[in-house]
Amino acid sequence: MTRNGPVALIFHALVVIFMLAPLVIVCLVAFTPENTLSLPTRGLSLRWFEAVFHHPDFVQSFWNSLWLAFLAATLAVALAVPASLAITRWEFPGRGFLNALFLSPLIIPHLVLGVAMLRLFAVIGATGSFGWLVAAHIVIVTPYVMRLLIAAISGFDRSVEQAAFSLGASEATVFRRVTLPMILPGVTGGWLIAFINSFDELTMSIFITSPSTVTLPVRMYMYATESIDPMMAAVSALIIGITAVAVLLLDRVYGLDRILVGQH
Amino acid sequence: MSATLPDSAPAAPAAPGEEAPERRVRSAPLFLSAPAALLFVALVLTPLFLTALLSFNQFDYATGRTGGFTLEHYLSVLTDEYYLEIFFRTFRISALATAICVVIGVPEAYILSRMGNPWRSVFLLVILAPLLVSVVVRAFGWSMLLGPEGPVNGALIALGIGRMKLLYTEGTVVVALVHVMLPFMVIPVWTSLQKLDPAVEQAALSFGASRGTAIVRVVAPQILPGILSGSLIVFGLSASAFAIPGLLGGRRLKMVATVVYDQYLSDLNWPMGAAVAVILLAANLIIMLTYHRVVEGHYRRRLG
Repeated sequence: MTRNGPVALIFHALVVIFMLAPLVIVCLVAFTPENTLSLPTRGLSLRWFEAVFHHPDFVQSFWNSLWLAFLAATLAVALAVPASLAITRWEFPGRGFLNALFLSPLIIPHLVLGVAMLRLFAVIGATGSFGWLVAAHIVIVTPYVMRLLIAAISGFDRSVEQAAFSLGASEATVFRRVTLPMILPGVTGGWLIAFINSFDELTMSIFITSPSTVTLPVRMYMYATESIDPMMAAVSALIIGITAVAVLLLDRVYGLDRILVGQH
Repeated sequence: MSATLPDSAPAAPAAPGEEAPERRVRSAPLFLSAPAALLFVALVLTPLFLTALLSFNQFDYATGRTGGFTLEHYLSVLTDEYYLEIFFRTFRISALATAICVVIGVPEAYILSRMGNPWRSVFLLVILAPLLVSVVVRAFGWSMLLGPEGPVNGALIALGIGRMKLLYTEGTVVVALVHVMLPFMVIPVWTSLQKLDPAVEQAALSFGASRGTAIVRVVAPQILPGILSGSLIVFGLSASAFAIPGLLGGRRLKMVATVVYDQYLSDLNWPMGAAVAVILLAANLIIMLTYHRVVEGHYRRRLG
């Protein structure tokens, strides 16, 4: 089946090496027994992973990020399901505007959202609040959820719902027993992609986190600008591991190419 | 509705039963989208509006107070050499990263589309999955690869070229940006290649076109919208990139995003930072909307 010539395959191999090299070196250096950033040439060691788990700042930031991503993804799905239903199923005044508004965080640079949220939080006296940080993350992950949900809802056969209605099911029952199960891949896929995006978000969060709400990417950025030791590599390797698990889950549940490439 | 109202007016008891579903349907989308709409008005429109206002406020370095009305922040962005240089550098780096993404990403998407499964799925995953790994991790990976003791310098020494200072140079920022942005180029090109009927390329070949001619005259024109769309996404994201110049550019190599960060969190001159952020947002929106116009119009002409 492969119809690519040797030149094409060499080019392809170089691109794959280019894409994987920075991730591979991080994972290798994480296992170094030395005190400096170096490849583990004299045996492997888990000492830097241990150091991460004994570093209270990193541990706290990890839990902050996990909790934040969980809440933001869950609430974004809860808001996006009804909103996507409204946008795909009804024609109403303001529909186009709402659709554009819900997708707007995709084209507004996160840097701009970060300074804008910082200004708002300063005005209303919410600087450094975890609740408002969650709200800000809901805003940036909702578009990803909505894209999948709108695709899932427009691609489904409404005659099944009409059959349920004609058999006497109430609207709540139809939603719970028919609509929701049919859009479930979109919902779980959306939740996962929202979780990953919230967990990784740096540029907006760096403006609106306070010392007690610092997320893991922000903590890593701060740490990397000051000192670089193999502990940074160990944290990075852990993040790569967690992301890999999430990616495999996502691929199982929804198909990674469908999410990223967006084939509807 | 206008047809039913006069008739149903006398028969009042029958009307509610008939009208209820219609009224429910009319208000349902508003109820369903209201929670998300409120959140987005509160946390997207309001903050952007407040930031735009802030960018016209005066800033007093001595007291740190803001207020009043001034255009000085916008004027200094347009006239001050410091800002001009940063905007020019950001433009140069983003344009270079975009060009390299086209040169690497377009052939790569084409090669991927010609592979058979399972390799196609595997390598698509390999190319796209790094998108989901935190950008801090990827920037850190590049700082190790290109560091003074890293493997790239090791190879340069082994080849007899000798050690080079790679970190904190524009070249490193460009390389890392290409790494981060490449998936955004591969995705739209891949999508337009999927829509392409392979029979058309076959037809060109069977009529005696060379491989090169077939690619240039048949494949390229059809994937051009994908390349354009990828280029704009890559350019827009590069121009507002923060972590890559922040971690790999060092203190001297500032880009727009790192300058906004400095204004906000080091100089505490929020109005100045707000003005730069507003310009960045405006530039982004103009590029995206222009593209939308051009490409949509192009398609409509071709399809209509």
